[in-house]
Amino acid sequence: MSNLLKVENLHVYYGSIHAIKGVSFEVNEGEIVTLIGANGAGKSTTLNTVAGLLKPRSGSILLHDQSIAGVPADKIVSKGMALCPEGRRVFLQMTVKENLEMGGFTRPANEIAASIEDVYQRFPRLKERYKQVAGTLSGGEQQMLAMGRALMSKPKLLMLDEPSMGLAPILVEQIFDIIKELHEAGTTILLVEQNAQMALSVADRAYVLETGSIVKEGPASELLNDDSVKNAYLGD
Amino acid sequence: MIRVSFLSNLINGISLGSVYAIIALGYTMVYGIAKMLNFAHGDVIMIGAYISFCVTHYLGLPAWVSVLASMLVCTLLGMTIERLAYKPLRSAPSLAVLITAIGMSYFLQNIAQLIWGANPKSFNSVVEMEPLRLFGGQLIITDEALVTVLSCVVIMICLTLFTEKTKMGKAMRAVSEDKGAAQLMGINVNMTISVTFAIGSALAAIAGVLLCSTYPALMPTTGSMPGIKAFTAAVFGGIGSIPGAMLGGILLGIIEIFGKSYISTELGDAIVFAILIILLLVKPTGLLGKKINEKV
Repeated sequence: MSNLLKVENLHVYYGSIHAIKGVSFEVNEGEIVTLIGANGAGKSTTLNTVAGLLKPRSGSILLHDQSIAGVPADKIVSKGMALCPEGRRVFLQMTVKENLEMGGFTRPANEIAASIEDVYQRFPRLKERYKQVAGTLSGGEQQMLAMGRALMSKPKLLMLDEPSMGLAPILVEQIFDIIKELHEAGTTILLVEQNAQMALSVADRAYVLETGSIVKEGPASELLNDDSVKNAYLGD
Repeated sequence: MIRVSFLSNLINGISLGSVYAIIALGYTMVYGIAKMLNFAHGDVIMIGAYISFCVTHYLGLPAWVSVLASMLVCTLLGMTIERLAYKPLRSAPSLAVLITAIGMSYFLQNIAQLIWGANPKSFNSVVEMEPLRLFGGQLIITDEALVTVLSCVVIMICLTLFTEKTKMGKAMRAVSEDKGAAQLMGINVNMTISVTFAIGSALAAIAGVLLCSTYPALMPTTGSMPGIKAFTAAVFGGIGSIPGAMLGGILLGIIEIFGKSYISTELGDAIVFAILIILLLVKPTGLLGKKINEKV
């Protein structure tokens, strides 16, 4: 297996606050890797930095052995990486279809329609509501839209930030089923979750983040049975 | 007779309002996307009018060439202002950007005074058609009024089609909603803001030429009052909303002309602003402004 994403010794600051302190991890092609950890541990900051929304102070980020550290987000999408951000952040005043079109912004115009059809197939709900303004969708539908929108750029690496946040348990299961399907279809996934139980049950490997540093890593199945992880994140 | 004068006032109001609307579109688009009030926008109008004046007066070229030249110069001017004065302040507090915009406004006025002097120039109308005479010549609709209203309608339609149908227009809406998310789509936010300034400034050039065709005294401060009025119109209609700018502009023009004709010439502007204050008390988002409920 080859590295798709390799992050080494990443340091990120918010002003004078040292948010990420030397984080290193890698995602191999075809894997689901998850970063788990408490609120404020730096999971989202890590994803946002990899996606180019934040600039790292130091460290390297390699996508396909090509450095993308400090490259702005809008230049990274076409390199094959998409982030489905925390809180979904769909364009509330635009229709479902327009949101998907925006997801395919960097793609050639003649491929957009087919890609939208692909998304509709995976998320039939979105097809039913394609003319509706995204602000009128339910939380679960908005999450599907956010994921569909991220898929529109045909990413090799899909990063999902808290896809289960604020959703009813039945919807959380649906979202995780979709994550599994996407993985089976060949998408490499980097997943950030507070719902560690669910994340570890779908992931191949996991990293545990605590106040900006990685404190534990290993196969997800092992971490699922690790006592310290159980106590801290699995709630029983 | 009363009916004819009423109609004539109404037409003047719509015509003046159309100019406000075209200016207000620039304000509202820039606000919607860059979340800043570009108080130098009114002075871009004035520069546009001067450019048109120079092209016809000194170079002796036809009026339509002067309009195109004016649009071109204003487009470049707007993009340059954004690049040099506002872009470095993208992450600065909004008050800093506001002060910069006010400074830019005075800067443009002083540059104009340096180049063209403080005395008013007599602007020749770019419209040379026969006025429309109705009711046996009792009601005269000037050719300027006709062209102004028509331009406003055409601009409105084009702009709506642009934002609803084109890729760039949709990207602009995406940026106005959420810059970070738009960036994650691969949209170049800086470029989008630059295009917005370009469009707004080209519209300002048209507004300047139309305004001075109806009110021909052109001087360095010509743009400031219409600029403020158009800003008011944008707030009136709901800032950030394109149809709102249109509606606000036209209503403002009508209120102003009616106020001046039927109540008091001196109090005309006061009436306009009084109505704005009352409207904002009742509906703080303006006529068509949307209150966005953010879902968490």
